Amino acid sequence: MDDKLILGGHEFQSRFILGSGKFSLDIVKAVVENGGAQMVTLALRRANIGGEENILDYIPKDVTLLPNTSGARNAEEALRIARLAREIGCGDFVKVEVIRDSKYLLPDNYETVKATELLAREGFIVLPYMYPDLYTARALVDAGAAAVMPLGAPIGSNKGLCTKEFIRILLDEIDLPIIVDAGIGCPSQACEAMEMGVDAIMCNTAVATANNVALMAKAFKLAIEAGRAAYLAGLGRVLDKGAEASSPLTGFLED
Amino acid sequence: MALHKIDHMTYLDGMEAIDSDIMDKVLEHLREYDYRQYTAQDVQRALVKEQLSIDDYAAVLSPAAMPYLEQMAQRALQETRKHFGNSVHLFTPLYIANYCENLCAYCGFNYKNRIRRGKLSADELEKELQAIAETGLQDILILTGESRRQSGPAYIGEAVKMAAKYFYSVSLEIYPLNIDEYKFLHECGADYVCVYQETYNPDKYDEVHVDGPKRVYPYRFHAQERALMAGMRGVAFGALLGLDDYRKDAFATGLHAYFIQQKYPHAEISFSVPRLRPYINNAGLSPRDVQEKQLLHVMLAYRLFMPFAGITISTRERPRFRDHVIGMVATKISAGVRVGVGGHLVEEKGDEQFEISDPRSVKEIHQMIINRGLQPVYNDYVRV
Repeated sequence: MDDKLILGGHEFQSRFILGSGKFSLDIVKAVVENGGAQMVTLALRRANIGGEENILDYIPKDVTLLPNTSGARNAEEALRIARLAREIGCGDFVKVEVIRDSKYLLPDNYETVKATELLAREGFIVLPYMYPDLYTARALVDAGAAAVMPLGAPIGSNKGLCTKEFIRILLDEIDLPIIVDAGIGCPSQACEAMEMGVDAIMCNTAVATANNVALMAKAFKLAIEAGRAAYLAGLGRVLDKGAEASSPLTGFLED
Repeated sequence: MALHKIDHMTYLDGMEAIDSDIMDKVLEHLREYDYRQYTAQDVQRALVKEQLSIDDYAAVLSPAAMPYLEQMAQRALQETRKHFGNSVHLFTPLYIANYCENLCAYCGFNYKNRIRRGKLSADELEKELQAIAETGLQDILILTGESRRQSGPAYIGEAVKMAAKYFYSVSLEIYPLNIDEYKFLHECGADYVCVYQETYNPDKYDEVHVDGPKRVYPYRFHAQERALMAGMRGVAFGALLGLDDYRKDAFATGLHAYFIQQKYPHAEISFSVPRLRPYINNAGLSPRDVQEKQLLHVMLAYRLFMPFAGITISTRERPRFRDHVIGMVATKISAGVRVGVGGHLVEEKGDEQFEISDPRSVKEIHQMIINRGLQPVYNDYVRV
C-alpha cells in the first residue's frame, strides 16, 4: 500500500522522527538505522559546526535534517536561528521551538505562530512545536505551517499522551499532518497515538534513556508501524459493558 | 589602625537598588529553617513526590536525609537523564585579572594578601583565548578579582568582545554590577552571569567580609536579578559551602534560584558548589564540615528540587569525585583549567585564588566523559 508521510511536498516512508539532543553521538547512526528514521532533528545551538563533536558528522547523509530553533525565546530569535541553520546547509526544514520557561519547557504558542509566519514567508518548511490548542493550530495553518507538532506531555517527561483529547480535536479539525512531539515515553504510547490517526511521532528521551538504545529505536519503529496499520485498517468498535445482545430493546418487533 | 566598617546591609553610593522581594522571602525561609525537625518519614515522602515543595527540599537537605543518599542519587540520575540526556558540557575559566578591593577572610585574592597581582593586556588576552579555543572549547568563563579600579566594566567589556570572536558562549564571574553595566557586557557578547553569595547568613557575611564593597550583602544578593533585567540568558548561584552552616546556605541558595526562576521563567539557572575544605585529619570534628559526602548531598538536593537546573563541578574537586557525579547529578565540567591570571600560553601574571585538584586537559576530560558512556557537549548556545 502506498502510504507516505508528506511534509512540505517531501515524501517519507517512515513516520518516526528522531530527536537527537540526548544521545551519545556515536550511537546516532545505529539508532537511525534501527528506527528506520528518515528525519532527524538537531539543535543548532548544539551543532558546533567545524568543531569537536559536531552532530552533523554523526547523522547519516541520506537522512533529512530537521534543525530546531531551541534556545529561541521569541519569534525573531527563532527566525535568526533558522536562517543560520539554512546557511550552514541544514536545508529548508525547520522545527520551530520557542520556549520561555526553563522549568517545564512548554512552547509559547503566540510566539510560535509569529515565528511560523515569518519563516514560511522566507520559504522554510515549518514544523511548529506547540501546545495542542485548536485556535493556535488554526493560526498555524493560516501562517503557512507544513504540519503541527502538539506535545503529548512535557519534554523529557515520558508521560505519554496526557493531551490525548486535545490532540484528537486537532486530528478532527486541522487539515495538516499532526506529529506528536514530546512526552511519548514508550512504544505502546506511540502506537496509541498512531492508532488515533496521528501522522507521525517525534521521540528522543524515551529512546535515549533506554538501556538498549538501538533496540528501543526498533521497538518504536514497529509500534509506530503497527499503530499506523491499525488506523488504516479501521479499528473495531469497543463496547463499554462487555457483550451486546443483538436487539435488547427492539427484539419485540415483528417483521 | 582599626577599620571603619561600613554597614553590610546598606547600599553604597552608585550601587543600584531594584524593586524586589526575593531577598526578604529567602531570608524569611532561612530564619525559619530548623533542619533538626525533619524525620526519615519526611524524607521518604519527599522522595516519592514528582515535584518537591520548599518543605520537601528542606527535608532532603536535613540530617535525616543522610541515610537516603543512595535513593537520592538514584532519583537524581533519573532526573538528570530526563532533562539532559547523556550530555555533559565542557568549559574552562580564564582569569584575566586578580586585583581586588575586598578583604574577605577566606579568600586568597584579598587585598592584604601579598600575592602577585596582574591583569592581561589585550595582546596577552588574545593569545590566551586563541590557545583555549585551539583545545576545541566553545564555552568560556571570564573571571576577575573584584576591583573596579583595575578591572572595570570597560576593561571587561573589551575582553568579552574579544572572547565572543572565539567562543559561542561567554560567561562572567566578576563583581556585581548595575543593570546598565550588565547591559553593556551583554551587548559586548556575554550571556551568563555567575555570582556567589558565599554565605546567605547576614551575620556571618558581615563577619567574613571585613572590608570593601563586597561587604554590601543586598547588592550582591540582587546581582542575578539585575543581570536578568539587563537581558542575560542565564544566571548561576552558589554558596561557599563550609563557610557557615552548609545546610542552611544550600537551602537558601536553592530558594534564591527558585524565586528567581519563578519571577523570570525564561532564565536558565545553574548551581555551582564551591566548598571550603575541612582541615586535613580533622574529619568528623565539626558537624558543619563539608566532606565529599556532604557535598554530594547538597548537589543531589539541588537536582531533586530544581531538576532542570545545570550543576557545575569545578576542578577544586578530585578527579574520582568529578568523574562519578557527571551524568548522575552534575551537567557541566571544567577542563584544562588554570587559576592564575593567564597561564594557558602567556606566562602567569598573577597568583592563583585556590589550588586545583584536577589538572586534566580538555582531551583527557573529553575521553573520560566518553568512557563513562556520556556525550561531551562543547556548545549549547547560539548567539543571534
